[in-house]
Amino acid sequence: MAAEKRLFLGDEAIAQAALDAGVSGVYAYPGTPSTEILEYVQRAPEAREGGVHREWSANEKTALEAALGMSYAGRRAMTCMKHVGLNVAADPFVNSAITGTNGGLLVTVADDPSMHSSQNEQDSRFLGKFAMMPILEPSNQQEAYDMVFHGFDLSERLKTPVLLRITTRLAHSRAGVVRRPAKSQNELKLPEDKRQFVLLPVIARRRYAGLLKTQTEFVASAEQSPFNRLLDGEDDSLGIIACGLGYNYLLENYRERPCPHPVLKIGQYPFPREMIRRLVARCREILVVEEGMPFLEEYLRGILECGPPIKGRMDGCLPPDGELNPNLVGMALGREDRTAGAVPDLVVPRPPALCQGCSHADSYRAINEAVKDVYGDGHVFSDIGCYTLGALPPYQAINTCVDMGASITMAKGAADAGLFPSCAVIGDSTFTHSGMTGLLDAVLENTNMVVFIMDNSTTAMTGGQTSHGEGRLEKIVKGLGVHPDHVHTVLPLKKNHEAFVRTIQEELAYEGLSVIIPARECIQTLKRKARGKGRAS
Amino acid sequence: MKCDLILAGVGGQGILSIATVIGQAAIRSGLYLKQAEVHGMSQRGGDVQSHLRLSDRDIHSDLIPAGDADLIVSVEPLEALRYLPFLSPDGWLITNITPVKNIANYPDLERVLDEIRRHRNHVAIDADALAKQVDNPRGMNMVVAGAASRFIDIPFEKMEEGVRTIFDRKGEAVVEKNLAALRVGRAAAESGS
Repeated sequence: MAAEKRLFLGDEAIAQAALDAGVSGVYAYPGTPSTEILEYVQRAPEAREGGVHREWSANEKTALEAALGMSYAGRRAMTCMKHVGLNVAADPFVNSAITGTNGGLLVTVADDPSMHSSQNEQDSRFLGKFAMMPILEPSNQQEAYDMVFHGFDLSERLKTPVLLRITTRLAHSRAGVVRRPAKSQNELKLPEDKRQFVLLPVIARRRYAGLLKTQTEFVASAEQSPFNRLLDGEDDSLGIIACGLGYNYLLENYRERPCPHPVLKIGQYPFPREMIRRLVARCREILVVEEGMPFLEEYLRGILECGPPIKGRMDGCLPPDGELNPNLVGMALGREDRTAGAVPDLVVPRPPALCQGCSHADSYRAINEAVKDVYGDGHVFSDIGCYTLGALPPYQAINTCVDMGASITMAKGAADAGLFPSCAVIGDSTFTHSGMTGLLDAVLENTNMVVFIMDNSTTAMTGGQTSHGEGRLEKIVKGLGVHPDHVHTVLPLKKNHEAFVRTIQEELAYEGLSVIIPARECIQTLKRKARGKGRAS
Repeated sequence: MKCDLILAGVGGQGILSIATVIGQAAIRSGLYLKQAEVHGMSQRGGDVQSHLRLSDRDIHSDLIPAGDADLIVSVEPLEALRYLPFLSPDGWLITNITPVKNIANYPDLERVLDEIRRHRNHVAIDADALAKQVDNPRGMNMVVAGAASRFIDIPFEKMEEGVRTIFDRKGEAVVEKNLAALRVGRAAAESGS
């Protein structure tokens, strides 16, 4: 019987594979394009039956650390995040390569080239190399599924965490996937060496030396990997190296006939050095096709540039930024631009906007009236979430959006510099992700600023996941030491507008730290709950 | 058989349901499929698009190559025009003509419709009106799916099965209403209106 194919998003294929490979826990903080991995696990009956851990974590750092703890206990664990989430988790990520693993540990990171829903388009392969751990990069949904099995095996065999790097178009694209028979979960089993995870300098030095030594094994594994292979071609005038999704875009240009040039497809790192050398030695020119930054290309070129000519993102053959597509790769192969005509002039952009009835809109109207209309533009620091849309017309209420939690700390720094008023606008989930520690800094100095925690009881931008501060934001704020007289929860509705503005004015007049919590549930999650009730009745 | 479709609309209009119906029909017909979706920020009332690729051979790229799309299927007239660089010279433009004016500078609708009509192969229908006609005002997207089905080489019964699959858990009445929407869309495309 032919194996049955089922349609999976790339994210879902990874989730299903983790369950089939006997994962005992998945830890994540939502972030586009990685969110659907844990969401799938949360819906999966086998996760419920197997007692697989599947709650959201407060942030990517807590997620990765919890996954490392599960690995310590001998079980298989996966942590998932978007690329910028890996920056938040960088500390445990880098050190986990030095502690090594006990149970298999997979760190799945979804990059977002072209910044569809992100602040940058960093390529996580650089961080994987920096941490010196093996990296897997699938080119399609089936490979994504298979690589999870391979990754867990690799992790347990080589005692290392493994980075699984995907990009938006794989994460959010559906295709048929054939599943494998499910494995059972590992038994609880402590590490043989009870000091393996103690990175005191004396032990850390030994472990680091071990990690350096193991690199040759990582390279050997890449040389033999089923995901790295040379497809032969007779025309040696050009050799092509294609990584991840770049491979698909290459093949798309050879639908009618096979590619005449030798192609090295790379899906596992460290770089399979021998395979690359063999290809380069026989070709007059090399084209490197990578989804993301020129990771391999930069190494191939080197500073000395003593090899054959290299074409790729660094010489303008492919664009230096943004995601690739079949047409761009076709042009790099010397084909003509196939773009059919232009978008008619009358087509104007349609940017995303706050929903009709969103509580953030009421908050921004009040903040603008109390701050911008009185003191001018430039006083409101903000953060990552739906409320970042307050930067666009008609509100144009906020002046920064840098990274999770930066609203409070940047407002503090500006207040330290003498800016008055200095305000921060942060969402409830962003606040518990990484705003609390910054607020503690402000508490200790009683910084003269007003912090707005926009509480819509959910992680709205990514689709309404749990918010860790739900029902306890006031307690957290007061517990951190903000004076109770200067903590206010308000209901952001049109009818309360004047009272809201007054509260802001009073707190602006107070010389010290104030926190105002405009609290009203996200209308999207509210609608969804109403629909759910309707179905049940 | 190869059919590459760009599905277009505004966040919240239900283009992913169209993709699911056509996708289910394709799978039931033994075809290969790839479907790139948009999640995240643009779902908040911004422009959204999905690349749906069907073929009797293995498909490589998740994205449709520029100039290669056989169909642009749009639930909103302005959005139908946004992806023209993808449409192959003999491809079809199928669109709803009821606008979503959630931006202050929405262009004059007549000019938008003129631009659509300038395209040799087009089907422009009032899918919102047709959906109301079959007593299913929320079924506008299924009307558009029905119109698109005329240009996809898959038996119409398979499309109907696709509708059944996605609405099954909501009960037979909902299934029937959406089948009616699908059929009225198909009929509109066949009568060339």
